[in-house]
Amino acid sequence: MSDVAVRVKGLGKRYYLGPSQGRAAYKSLRESLVDAVQAPLRRLRNGSRQTDAVQELWALRDVSFELRHGEVLGIIGRNGAGKSTLLKILARITEPTTGRAEVHGRVGSLLEVGTGFHPELTGRENIYLNGTILGMSKDDIGRKFDEIVAFAELEAFLDTPVKRYSSGMYMRLAFSVAAHLDPEILVVDEVLAVGDTKFQQKCLKKMSGVASEGRTILFVSHNMSAVSALCGRAVLLAHGKIADFGGADEVIRSYLVDLGDGLPDVVLSRRLDRTGSGEVQFCRFTIEDDAGRRAEVLQSGKPASFILHARSTTGTPIDNVSLYLAVGSIRDVPLFLQSNLFTGEPVTISPDATVVACHIPRLPLAEGTYRVHLGAKIGTTVVDHLTDVAQFQVAEGDYYGSGHQGGPGFPILVDARWQTMPVAAAQPGNSN
Amino acid sequence: MVETLTEETARPASPRHEGLEPAPGPRQRPITVIEPTHGWRALDVAELWRYRELIYFLAWRDVKVRYKQTALGVAWALLQPLLAMAIFTVFFGGLARMPSDGLPYALFAYTGLLPWTYFANATTNASGSLVANSNLISKVYFPRLVIPLAGVAGGLVDLAIGFGMLVVLLVLFGVAPSANVVFLPLLVGLAVLSALSVGIWLSALDVQYRDVRYAIPFLIQVWLFATPVVYPASLVPEAYRPLYGLNPMAGVVEGFRWALLGHTAGPGPLLGVAVAVVLVLLVSGLFYFRRMERGFADVI
Repeated sequence: MSDVAVRVKGLGKRYYLGPSQGRAAYKSLRESLVDAVQAPLRRLRNGSRQTDAVQELWALRDVSFELRHGEVLGIIGRNGAGKSTLLKILARITEPTTGRAEVHGRVGSLLEVGTGFHPELTGRENIYLNGTILGMSKDDIGRKFDEIVAFAELEAFLDTPVKRYSSGMYMRLAFSVAAHLDPEILVVDEVLAVGDTKFQQKCLKKMSGVASEGRTILFVSHNMSAVSALCGRAVLLAHGKIADFGGADEVIRSYLVDLGDGLPDVVLSRRLDRTGSGEVQFCRFTIEDDAGRRAEVLQSGKPASFILHARSTTGTPIDNVSLYLAVGSIRDVPLFLQSNLFTGEPVTISPDATVVACHIPRLPLAEGTYRVHLGAKIGTTVVDHLTDVAQFQVAEGDYYGSGHQGGPGFPILVDARWQTMPVAAAQPGNSN
Repeated sequence: MVETLTEETARPASPRHEGLEPAPGPRQRPITVIEPTHGWRALDVAELWRYRELIYFLAWRDVKVRYKQTALGVAWALLQPLLAMAIFTVFFGGLARMPSDGLPYALFAYTGLLPWTYFANATTNASGSLVANSNLISKVYFPRLVIPLAGVAGGLVDLAIGFGMLVVLLVLFGVAPSANVVFLPLLVGLAVLSALSVGIWLSALDVQYRDVRYAIPFLIQVWLFATPVVYPASLVPEAYRPLYGLNPMAGVVEGFRWALLGHTAGPGPLLGVAVAVVLVLLVSGLFYFRRMERGFADVI
């Protein structure tokens, strides 16, 4: 008897991409009837069972791994790599085509927050409804009710229909119910991608609390800092297969390397969680490496350009805008702040996006993952402020020109010269 | 929210040392095996029973939401059969002089409308229920049968309200229910099963073929005329009675009148056929549903 929580062996899932599936997810009765009549004829004509244009797609192929109780596994990979399919199979929402999975313990799945929330029902009613849908018993919910409400900080709005909630309130309530699920094995999809940063942090804390209780978690995320903070191990999926499996940080690294160029090109114009008076708005953000390509991986000591696209919303150009670029660690420790105000280079933002680059000739960051926040000010007024605009990865480089990486554990690299002083100046007993 | 966290951690729920002591007594972990399944599958009644609270809450949600933001609210549960009764009484009872087995036509129509309205609403609800709840199906596991079951159960509240109105009508018309009234719960049960069996079939078909949602209003309308709601079953020629009985609601509606008003001979043969038809529909529907169920999340 071992303490295996999840054992997955040779798991595969095949989907058919046919012409009818391409147009709509479902067939009409007429199409099926026509198919049924035509199929034998077609077979006669072609002499084979092959139906044209039906393609199979293995969303998941031959996936095997084991997870022990109390482990937190991060599942990462690009869109379409099969992450969600894997979760859906483990959550028993869909059946595998091949293979087998054994799950030891009660499973709770959280593929979406607020599943089954009804806009017409009040917060109180939705707590019960959503809780039951997620697999809690009525008594369970009753016992945890006050805790759920307190966590969501919505005591005053319990009897308001949730359609009158702001989206933030809605997400807080939804996540709060989910956070109080009590299964032995929790299957979580990208649910932290929503909500404001402060509440996200709280949820992360709550989840790591759950993990430290010895609960097993399988966690899909694009947020590498969350994966790194929560997960001991990680699995990297690519084209439905396991590309890497091991310690979370190593797997994250191979994922980021695999991503190559192209990532931080973030459209910001739709972000609703911005603060500031709004005369200037950031609309896009990209990072380029020394070769002038958009890159996910920068290198220590090499040039890096942070490119900000911003526009004036007043219809006229605005002079003397100070743009701020803040870089923090993945745990959100502030590392450095850069601004055209500091360097004394004035910037004018026009109504149709102005592109401003912040060139850093020698990137003073050690290997690791970092996050970027942006801000804009006119005088002392904050006109736009966006947190967590993008993340970027810095790979080992040669900042010091000596081949030494600096650190470990210290993210900032600083130019310096070490020199042994002449003997007379360094004598301790010389002062009097 | 460190307080919440510590409370959470300190909750004396489970002893967490299973790794050291294999298979501890009180909290043995259930093992779920996930594998591809093939062919027909039997009904898992035990699992459905475990999910009874979900059936309850989904039905409760439907009831709660049904009359939200309406000015008249639950009164609609009364108005629907009452208005239908008024219209039928004017046109069929008054103008067309439809026979009503010697009963006041209004009462005759209402006793037919009561189970019929339930059946029509429950069938419509249940048939569209899987597609209406597709967000649940693609995001959470539970036995999918829960959804049409809840769809059928949600209509029972309106039925109960309709019964309240019936009592008022009986008093108004000075009609005392016959002793046969004890069979009424069985007849209600048959109406529920009729709606359920049709609902299970159509809801599973609806996932694959959205034609169902367009066909349903028409189906219900035709079905109304194939059911002795506005006319007595005695109007149907004797020779066609067995065929007529294939509509389980014919037996239910006649049964309702017989149980409540006790006017004619019992609907014995009609009911016998009705029970048989419902059982066939239900069992075949359950098998079809269970077979299609595994693909719901992929197709819906």
